[in-house]
Amino acid sequence: MSAVIQSEREALLSVNNIEVIYDHVILVLKGVSLEVMKGGVVALLGANGAGKSTTLKAISNLLGAERGDVTKGSITFQGEDVQSLSPNELVRRGVIQVMEGRHCFEHLTVEENLLTGAYTRTDGRSRVAEDLDLVYQYFPRLKERRTSQAGYTSGGEQQMVAVGRALMARPAVILLDEPSMGLAPQLVEEIFEIVKRLNEDEGVTFLLAEQNTMMALRYANYGYILENGRVVMDGEASVLAENEDVKEFYLGVSGDDRRSFRNVKAYRRRKRWLS
Amino acid sequence: MAFDLFLLEVVISGLMTGVMYALVALGFVLIFKASGVFNFAQGVLALFAALALYDFLAEDGWFFAVFGFTLPVWLAIPATALIMILLAWVIERAVLRFLVKQEEIILFMATIGLAFVLEGLGDLLFGSDVKPLDIGIPQGASDWLLDNFNLYVEKLEIVAAATAAVLVTALAIFFQKTRVGRALRAVADDHQAALSVGISLDKIWVIVWSVSGIVALVAGIMWGSKSGVQFSLSLIALKALPVLILGGFTSVPGAIVGGLIIGVGEKVAEVYVGPLVGGAIENWFAYVLALGFLLFRPQGLFGERIIERV
Repeated sequence: MSAVIQSEREALLSVNNIEVIYDHVILVLKGVSLEVMKGGVVALLGANGAGKSTTLKAISNLLGAERGDVTKGSITFQGEDVQSLSPNELVRRGVIQVMEGRHCFEHLTVEENLLTGAYTRTDGRSRVAEDLDLVYQYFPRLKERRTSQAGYTSGGEQQMVAVGRALMARPAVILLDEPSMGLAPQLVEEIFEIVKRLNEDEGVTFLLAEQNTMMALRYANYGYILENGRVVMDGEASVLAENEDVKEFYLGVSGDDRRSFRNVKAYRRRKRWLS
Repeated sequence: MAFDLFLLEVVISGLMTGVMYALVALGFVLIFKASGVFNFAQGVLALFAALALYDFLAEDGWFFAVFGFTLPVWLAIPATALIMILLAWVIERAVLRFLVKQEEIILFMATIGLAFVLEGLGDLLFGSDVKPLDIGIPQGASDWLLDNFNLYVEKLEIVAAATAAVLVTALAIFFQKTRVGRALRAVADDHQAALSVGISLDKIWVIVWSVSGIVALVAGIMWGSKSGVQFSLSLIALKALPVLILGGFTSVPGAIVGGLIIGVGEKVAEVYVGPLVGGAIENWFAYVLALGFLLFRPQGLFGERIIERV
């Protein structure tokens, strides 16, 4: 059924069988394909080092600065091949990434941080000011702290700054890398709630990479599971969340009958078949 | 009373020298802020700017040889500024662009190379003799101060101080209030994040090298008017180093205050402590001061504090 839904609607962003090599030798992605529907929240799941961040950076073209290269496959945004575009051009077209570890401009104030998000915009100061107000509506805490240096704000606030800064670019899709990293569970939930509201009220599409599988599947409507640089499973978030293999391997939940190691083989076989 | 007046004169003369140091240090700060690179070629940029300016003005220059006339000062200065912008663009295209992914130390090495290339180029194009640079800044002591307060202050130094004040104010406004200035500070903080919000680094680098090229031009004009355009000009870059250590590598006001402290410090030390140790304190005073700062306050007076959250 998911396949029907996927093909019926037009894909905003699609990644077709890309391969990424770091430093000319280290093969990190071995053929990753995924699609992000307009208005969707898509989760990219998997363990540390599975290739989630690399996939996002391949899309936003931030790989170059880390000596990574997309050597095969293609990436299209709104039907246009965007692989050769610079991050600057991608942001102008509406693709922006919120990097893992937040990466605020530490010595700039919270408000200046947000304003840098509008760097590529050409639609005038008053529009930017309107959007600044909008961001403050979603993150009232940032308004209180608008004049403090971002480096001195809490981890949760920095994540909000990072998301708010991306919003200031008026993006069509935000690539959100590991929003839960290093945050208290309550804050993680707060961030995801805001993601949900932004998605529903502002129509922002999200592709988020997350290790916190449980949380991500609660808020996403579609999910891809990466392992060793390959997509090993994909499906609607609700289906994935109920899948026994996913539960066992990523949620750490196991049924009574799955304690034995022998029974795990079903997953192994399936994985080989999928890749 | 006469003694106090003498001290005042020494301090003022130190302040003025300090302004000259600060002008050179400023260029360093700009590039360091935006790219974390200590631009070894800054002194040579000042020299190059002064040489180019001289070339526009003098009858033995290339410009006169090609076009048969020299430019008036008010046209020559913008023309030189244009050359500095062009130079910045070439440097970005030919050098920096290929080193973006490299460590900062490699960029630093590249600027050393650049310094020698530019110096050689200057030598090749303009010759290595000392050239008098006269752009109409009044020379000699200020009569007004001499008559009214019995103080001896060079007019050139007053002009230098005023220019520096204007320059710093303009830079401060540019950095704090404009979109590009904000982007420059963002790049200084975090290259990756700057890229991710769509700030293009190549453009920012051209801008920042242009701005520091223009600052170098101002420094070159002042030093050139004071002691002629000569190749030792590129060595005042070395004096800027202790200034930077004192003021902090990332702070524009730091460069100014650092310059003033060093200027005044070395003059006062020379006059009052010098005789006790046989003189020539002026040459090493700045470095000793810098050493002290490195020990007790490595980020300098105004340097950005390294933010560490626990």
